[in-house]
Amino acid sequence: MIDLAFFLDIFPTLLSGLPMTMQLAASSISIGFVMALVLALLQQGNHRIVVWPIRAFVAVFRGTPLLVQIFLIYYGLGQFRPSLQAAGLWWLFREPYWCAIIALGLNTAAYGSEILRGAIQGVPRGLVEAASAFGMSRLLTLRLIILPLALRQAIPSYSNEIILMIKGTSLASIITLMEVTGIAQGLISQTYRAVEVFVAAGAIYLTINFTIISALNALETWLTPYRARA
Amino acid sequence: MSAYERGTHMKIHRLAAVAAIFGMLGFGQTTFAQDASKAITIATEGAYAPWNFTNADGKLDGLEIDLANDLCARMKVECTIIAQDWEGLIPSLKVGKFDVIMAGMFITPKRLETIDFTQPYAVDPGSFAVAKDSELGKLGLSGEKFNLDDEAASMAAIEKLKPLLKGKIVGVQAATTMLEFVKKYFGDTVEIREYKTTEQHDLDLAAGRIDALFAQQTALATTLAKPEFADYTIAGPGFVGGLFGLGTGAGLRKEDTKLKEMLNKAIDEAIADGTIKRISEKWVKTDVTPVK
Repeated sequence: MIDLAFFLDIFPTLLSGLPMTMQLAASSISIGFVMALVLALLQQGNHRIVVWPIRAFVAVFRGTPLLVQIFLIYYGLGQFRPSLQAAGLWWLFREPYWCAIIALGLNTAAYGSEILRGAIQGVPRGLVEAASAFGMSRLLTLRLIILPLALRQAIPSYSNEIILMIKGTSLASIITLMEVTGIAQGLISQTYRAVEVFVAAGAIYLTINFTIISALNALETWLTPYRARA
Repeated sequence: MSAYERGTHMKIHRLAAVAAIFGMLGFGQTTFAQDASKAITIATEGAYAPWNFTNADGKLDGLEIDLANDLCARMKVECTIIAQDWEGLIPSLKVGKFDVIMAGMFITPKRLETIDFTQPYAVDPGSFAVAKDSELGKLGLSGEKFNLDDEAASMAAIEKLKPLLKGKIVGVQAATTMLEFVKKYFGDTVEIREYKTTEQHDLDLAAGRIDALFAQQTALATTLAKPEFADYTIAGPGFVGGLFGLGTGAGLRKEDTKLKEMLNKAIDEAIADGTIKRISEKWVKTDVTPVK
């Protein structure tokens, strides 16, 4: 039943979608991380005017499916072309590539900000008080004490989020971007061999994600030499 | 938890996972077509107006729905019509989730390797739709039809279209013969965007993200009848034959020969007594009855 020649045949085709998958993932994860960090830090203050809009943003993007978000940002905003053109934003929303990055980036920013917010709050209060007793400014405390500890603490949960985003890129084919899953669906329509094609595509995602998990595990181990993982 | 307990736990999980996967793939599902003479299930896409679509009441409607009901009445068979994503139609037919596909699907040599078809019940050429003020749009619909099997004539027509489409972005439904056509004959001329449904490429044409559509003329006519497409037109000739195959037919499993016979007979009757002409004029404003 397993036809090795067929697998060898479809692999190069599927891999031609890998650059698109990786570009979407890398861009959205980077943008999302920067946004997540800013949003998490802004929530440390107690200014309602700042905190409430962020909470609303997080609730909306965590509470709705990524598929719906991609649809709304691409096809939904496509209906408001005149307004977007007036605002000088149409060049951005015209391209499916940017729409996908915006949707994926905003989604991961929402999840990431919650992960980082939790990690920052998890930094022991005593350390912050000690820093202030040493005469460190709040900014210096943030840079030298809070962020290094919080980011290290966040690695396991954040690696989860990164993996979810890699898999999330598979939705980009609904807005015409031909990444690995989009190409897989094209192959199925040509060969009608859904099992083999999806197994091969799954293997590609598994390899990417396994590599990322290993790298992040290594990073965590390197940052916590005193707490070697069992 | 002891290592042993953990092991058994894992095994149960693994079994459950395997069962779930096989269930999803439709293995082990029995073929419903055991007795095609009493009841069959017909699958359509439900997103390809006017051939098949979901109407305002949430019910399946369109040319193929009317035709399916007519054919079933002729065969004296009870039919259930269901909607299924385009890409899953052939794989699901093969594993027996339904018995017949009526979804604007062309009979092509490639598809015939995998499934069987009835005789065509409709023939509908493929064409471009563009903005009226574009270079190609100024040509308008030529009304000409080129059979791709007549290579000299159709290649001449294609070469004439190429300079008018150079560098344009063309939207086309993924996994269709329309896509194969654009890739084969215009792949070096235009940028292709693949959409899951024609409704989606219609939206993007209206939004100005793409310059042209390539689709069946009847589907384009329905789209262009909507007010937001007042500035767009079908342009250039229509293409038939070649990789578009013999026309649109009902797909079925190769082993269901009896069902094929029954359907072919019913289609013959529907052509002969003008039913297909009537249904086609109701839905697509033209007569797509195949020439016998």
